[in-house]
Amino acid sequence: MWAIETENLTKRYGPINAVDHLNMRVKQGEIFGLLGPNGAGKTTVISMLCTMLRPTEGSGKVNGFDVVSQPGEVRRSIGIVFQEPSVDDELTGLENLQLHAMWYGVPKEVRAGRIREVLALVGLEDRKNDLVKTYSGGMRRRLEIGRGLVHHPKVLFLDEPTLGLDPQTRSQIWDYIGDLAEREDMTVVLTTHYMEEAEELCDRIAIIDQGRIIVLDTVEALKKSIGGDLVCLGISKPNPDVFRDLDYVKKVETEEDLIVLTVENSSQHLQEILERAGKVESISVRPATLNDVFLHFTGREIRTETGEGGIFERIMRAEAER
Amino acid sequence: MSTLEAIYGIWLREFKVFKREKSRVITSLFTPLLWIFGFGGGLGPNISIGDVNYQVFIYPGILTMSILFSSVFFGVYIVWDRKIDILKAILVAPISRTAIFFGKALGGVTDSMIEGTIMLLIGVALGISFTPITTILVLLFLLVLTIGLVSLGLMLGSVLTSPESFGTVVSFLVFPLFFFSGALFPLENLPAWLALLTYIDPVTYAVDGIRGILIGNARFPLIADFSILCVFAFAMIQAGAFFFRRMQ
Repeated sequence: MWAIETENLTKRYGPINAVDHLNMRVKQGEIFGLLGPNGAGKTTVISMLCTMLRPTEGSGKVNGFDVVSQPGEVRRSIGIVFQEPSVDDELTGLENLQLHAMWYGVPKEVRAGRIREVLALVGLEDRKNDLVKTYSGGMRRRLEIGRGLVHHPKVLFLDEPTLGLDPQTRSQIWDYIGDLAEREDMTVVLTTHYMEEAEELCDRIAIIDQGRIIVLDTVEALKKSIGGDLVCLGISKPNPDVFRDLDYVKKVETEEDLIVLTVENSSQHLQEILERAGKVESISVRPATLNDVFLHFTGREIRTETGEGGIFERIMRAEAER
Repeated sequence: MSTLEAIYGIWLREFKVFKREKSRVITSLFTPLLWIFGFGGGLGPNISIGDVNYQVFIYPGILTMSILFSSVFFGVYIVWDRKIDILKAILVAPISRTAIFFGKALGGVTDSMIEGTIMLLIGVALGISFTPITTILVLLFLLVLTIGLVSLGLMLGSVLTSPESFGTVVSFLVFPLFFFSGALFPLENLPAWLALLTYIDPVTYAVDGIRGILIGNARFPLIADFSILCVFAFAMIQAGAFFFRRMQ
């Protein structure tokens, strides 16, 4: 059985397909990433899988339960960490966990033990009796993750788990998530627009743009799909044609006084490339990143896409174009 | 069983927050006290209704008003919960919307009844005589009234998305409910248009019932007042639960 299975899952808002006939399968126990720019439809996918949003078309199953006809069963079997922290400021960390356990019907006898376990896991034992409004952003996020685990979900959904956190806290959270998935044998589905996050954590990644899966594979395979490393040459008057006949050069791009080559086994061929290039002012070689993968498949960079509430922007754009 | 537990959990959250925000009680008592002492205290020495001092006469009305305001305004916490993003954590839990509604409503009813009890003590200070029977009857009237009004407030809170719009809409609703309830005047000898408005206003029957119990000059039989309030509360519960089920 798959942890998650979708068939032509679709959500339409007026003229816009926020999620457009999405087909994906997530294996049990894997960390699966939905990577894409803001407004790609990642949160909408999660919302439908968590039964908060009704699909316009298609179907989805979580832990074998249908998201439309069995919402109660789906909800009981999942944990959710929202993009915007949703822990209760006016309560203590402990109280947040206790109430959550009650809402999810965790039996009274095991409640205290579970809560202790979770507090230890997210490292908040010392602060459990403090009001959440005194917590830092990272602590809130950890509490939120802990809360999502109290009822031992089979699938944990994390929507942009490190959005707005500083780099140090971010890497801490990554450690937590990685450890968790391993220890609890839990399936984790996370959305992110941070490439490093997807790269660091995920076993497999679906790159999403405009509500569609563009490509879905392991990080390694995705990087390989580009065809090699990137060699950037700084040349005052670049002439891209001199590289065209080299069969290990998969792609040549020019940007002002820069040539970017996609090169298979770059270390073996650097000599020849430099000879062809002539006078070179600078050179850098780096392995392909997920951003390159995204660029390769969409022609755009993830980073250039900014702005909040992406889906509404897309709707407005679509209305303006009409 | 687990549904009851979940309702209890939702109520418990409201109660914990209420206990921490003591200023809520104090500020909500401020307006009723102003009416009793600032308004009733000024008119009392000069005006009597029948042979009842005006300050004493309006006490049942102001007691009811304190419940009216705090009950309906309780709905704003739903709006805030949504705005600061903590509502969705409850909405996505495996709890039926009806159960969420009942948990929240119980929370509001608890707040209001605590406030109502404090108002009873103020009544004692005013020299109004309470017996065990009248105390229980008054609390019963307040309970049914607050159940109806909290449900009304929650219903509005489930559809209004900003605290500002909630404030505006509720003011439009709450002030007529107060002024046309006969809280400040007897229901006899009213012009036809005003009489009609007082009959439509459900709060009228709470004021009249409590006035009957405490002072003994009610317009309607006690059982009629109480029955009408029960119908109102029942209808509001149905409506509130319905709106919660449809809430996004």
